[in-house]
Amino acid sequence: MDLTFTPAEEAFRAEAREWLEANVPVGLPSGDTAEGFALHVEWEKKLFEAGWSVVSWPEEFGGRGASLWEWLIFEEEYYRVGGPQRVTQNGIFLLAPTIFEYGTDEQKARFLPRMASADDLWCQGWSEPDAGSDLAGIKSRATRDDERGGWVINGQKTWTTRGAFCNWVFGLFRTDPEAARHSGMTYLMVPLDASGVTVRGVERLDGDEGFAEVFFDDVFVADDLVLGGVNEGWGVAMATTSSERGLTLRSPGRFCAAADRLVDLWKRQAAAGEHPERIDSLRSDVAQSWMEAEAYRLATLADVTGLVNGVSQGARSSLTKIFWSELDVKLNETALRLLGPAAELIETSAGAVDGGAWMKGFEFALSGPIYAGTNEIQRNVVAERVLGLPRK
Amino acid sequence: MNFAFTDDQLLFRDAVAEFFANECPPEKVRWSWDDEVGRDESIWAALAEMGVIGLTVPEAFGGMGMNEIDLLPILTEAGRYAYPGPLVETVAVVAPLLAESAPAAIAEKWLPGIAEGSVIATVQLDGQPFVNDMHIANLLIAQRGEQLFAIPAEHVRSTPQVSVDGARRLFSVEWDEADAELIVSGEAALQAVNRAFDRGAAATAAQLIGLSEQMIAMTVAYVVDRKQFGVPIGSFQAVKHHLADAELKVSFARPAVWAAAYGLANSSADVDREVSMAKCFASDAAEVVARKALQTHGAIGYTTEHDLHFWLKRSWALASSWGDAAWHRRRVAHLLLDA
Ligand SMILES: Cc1cc2nc3c(=O)[nH]c(=O)nc-3n(C[C@H](O)[C@H](O)[C@H](O)COP(=O)(O)OP(=O)(O)OC[C@H]3O[C@@H](n4cnc5c(N)ncnc54)[C@H](O)[C@@H]3O)c2cc1C
Repeated sequence: MDLTFTPAEEAFRAEAREWLEANVPVGLPSGDTAEGFALHVEWEKKLFEAGWSVVSWPEEFGGRGASLWEWLIFEEEYYRVGGPQRVTQNGIFLLAPTIFEYGTDEQKARFLPRMASADDLWCQGWSEPDAGSDLAGIKSRATRDDERGGWVINGQKTWTTRGAFCNWVFGLFRTDPEAARHSGMTYLMVPLDASGVTVRGVERLDGDEGFAEVFFDDVFVADDLVLGGVNEGWGVAMATTSSERGLTLRSPGRFCAAADRLVDLWKRQAAAGEHPERIDSLRSDVAQSWMEAEAYRLATLADVTGLVNGVSQGARSSLTKIFWSELDVKLNETALRLLGPAAELIETSAGAVDGGAWMKGFEFALSGPIYAGTNEIQRNVVAERVLGLPRK
Repeated sequence: MNFAFTDDQLLFRDAVAEFFANECPPEKVRWSWDDEVGRDESIWAALAEMGVIGLTVPEAFGGMGMNEIDLLPILTEAGRYAYPGPLVETVAVVAPLLAESAPAAIAEKWLPGIAEGSVIATVQLDGQPFVNDMHIANLLIAQRGEQLFAIPAEHVRSTPQVSVDGARRLFSVEWDEADAELIVSGEAALQAVNRAFDRGAAATAAQLIGLSEQMIAMTVAYVVDRKQFGVPIGSFQAVKHHLADAELKVSFARPAVWAAAYGLANSSADVDREVSMAKCFASDAAEVVARKALQTHGAIGYTTEHDLHFWLKRSWALASSWGDAAWHRRRVAHLLLDA
C-alpha cells in the first residue's frame, strides 16, 4: 500500500496546476444556456489547444497519453482552481470510451479528434417519452434502406441534455421490431443538422434550457454511423452507461473541491458572526459532507488500483453512482442551511452569496439521483448483481 | 499510488480467517456468552503461535515488528467471526504503546510475554469508564491525567459490569499508584495517549467492517432462503433496497478504514482526522447494517436462539467504544473548521 504519487506524477500535477491557474476562466454563465454554452465551447477549445482537453487519450486523437492516475490528478487540479463544467462531457467521457471499445478505425479517426477539439458537440439520446428507467422500452425506429446503404429513423428522444446546442446525438434505435426486448436495437450516431431532425429546447428546474426534445422524421443515416453491430446496440449502450455511473463522468476531484468550498463557506459565515447558533449547529453536517467527499476519493483510489491491475468494477459501479449523487445533494443542502435566509437568492440577485452558486449547485445535485439510471434502479442492481438476490 | 494489500498481507489474513472459521464458529461465540470466563486459552495460544498476538511487538522482543496495514485486515476477520478476545487492547494498543513510550526495563518486562502469548494486556484511557477482559489480563495500562502507568493485574481491584453483548467482559477498576510503574508523563504521555486512542479506534473500526460484512452475508443467505407469498423474500424490492443500503454503507467505510491503517503506519500528518473518519463511518455503517439485518430477518432475528444477535450486540458495543460516530464527527469538525 502506497498512497503517494510518483515524482513524475507530481510533476504532471505541477504542470497542470500552473497552466490551469493561469487560464481557467472565472464566472462563466451556465453552460446550459445558449450564451453560456458558446463561452464554454471557447474554453474547451483553449483547453484542447494547450493539450488538456482529454489528457488520458492517445496523442494521435488529441490527448497526451496520461495514465488513469494522472487523469485523476488532472481532475483534482481542474476543480480545485474552480474550472467550469465540461460541456463536452457526453462526448469525451461517455461516447468516446464506447468508440475506443467498439468503433472502427475509420470511426475513431473521424470522430475522436473533432470531439477532443470541441468541433463536434455530442448529446445522448436514450430516453423517450415512454421509456425512461425502462430503456429497453424505446420505440424510435431505424428502418433498413438498402438502396442508400443506411437507415431511416423515425421517432422521438427526450431529456436530451444540451440537445439544443449540440450538433450530434448518439443513442439507441429499434432496428428489428420483431426481436425480443433487449435485442433488435442498434447504436447510431446522428448529425443533428440532418434533414428531418427537429430539436426543441425545454427549460429545466433551474430555469436553463438544458433539456431538449429531438424529433426524427425520415432521417437518413449511413451505415458508417452504426457503432458496434446492427441489432447489438444494447450491449454497446451498456458500456456507455457504465461510464456514466462510474469513474469517468464524476471523478472525485469535483466533489472534493466542493467540500473544501463548503468548509470555507462555514468559516466565512462563522467569521461574519451572524446567527452563531445556526452556524454552530451545522458543524457536524459540514464535517460529514467533507468526509463523504473524501470517502469517495478513497474509494476511487481503491477502484483505480483494481482497474490498473485488471479488475473491473462491474456492477459495483452502481454503488459509486448512488454514493456520489447522494453526497452531492447533502453537500449543497448543507451549504444552503448555512446561508439561511440568503439561501433562496439566485445568481441574478445582487444579494446572493457566491453568486447564487449554492442554489444552482443544489438544483443540479437534485438531478443526480434521477439521471444516469435512477438511484432506485441502482439499488435494484446492487441487490441483484452485487449481492445476488433473486430478480423475481 | 497503490491502494491495496500485498499478496503476503492477504495470505496472512486468509490464514487467520480460516483459523477463526474452524476455531471460532457461532457455537464458540455462544459458549463465550454462557461460560463464566468466556475465553478459550487455546485460541489465544494458537493466535500467538501464528504470530497474530506478537504482530506489533518489535522483532527485538520476539514479535513480528509489523504495523497497522498488516494488522487491521486481520482484525476485520476477528470481527467477521465475532471473536471476543482482547486483540484490540493487547495487539493494537498496548504492544505498540510499550514499544514506543516505555522505558527499556518496562518494555523488556512485558513485550516478550505479549509476543509469546503468556501476557494478556488491557487498557484504560481517560474517558473510558470500563476495561475489557480484566479477568484474564496480566497487565493493565492506564492513564491518570498526564501520566501513563503499567499495573500488574494482581494489584487491580475490579468489579464486573454487564454488557448487552454477553460475550464481552467489562470491569470498573481501581488501583493505587504505589503498585504501578510509570511509563511516561507530561506532554509525551498525552501524545502517547492520543496515539493509543487512534490505534484503538482504527482497530475497532476494522472489526466493525468485518461484523457488518458478516451481517450482510447472513442476511443475504436468509432472504434468499426464506419464502413468503410463494417467493423468496429477497425478491421483494423493499428488502432489496434495505440490503443495498447496507452494502453502500460498508463499501464506503471500508476504504476509510484502510486509509486510517496507512495513516497510522506512516505517521501521516492528518492521522487524527483519518482515524476519526474511519471510526465514524464504520460505526455508522454497522448501526445501519444491524438495523437492516434485523428488519429483514423478522421475528427469528429477534430471538436469542438465532445467531444474528451476537453480531448485532457486538456491533452496538463496538460502535460506541473508542468514540462513537458523533464523537469522531465532532473531532473531524474541529480539525477542519477550527484550524
Ligand atoms: C438533469 C437530467 C439530465 C438528463 N439527461 C439525459 C440525456 O442527456 N439523455 C437522455 O437520454 N436522458 C437524459 N435524462 C433522462 C434520464 O435518463 C431519465 O430521467 C431516467 O432514466 C429516469 O427516467 P424517467 O425520468 O422517465 O423516470 P421513470 O422511469 O418514469 O421513473 C420515475 C420514478 O419511478 C421510479 N421507478 C421506475 N422504475 C422503477 C423500478 N423498476 N423500481 C423502482 N423504482 C422505479 C424511478 O426510480 C423514479 O423515482 C436526464 C435526466 C435528468 C434529470
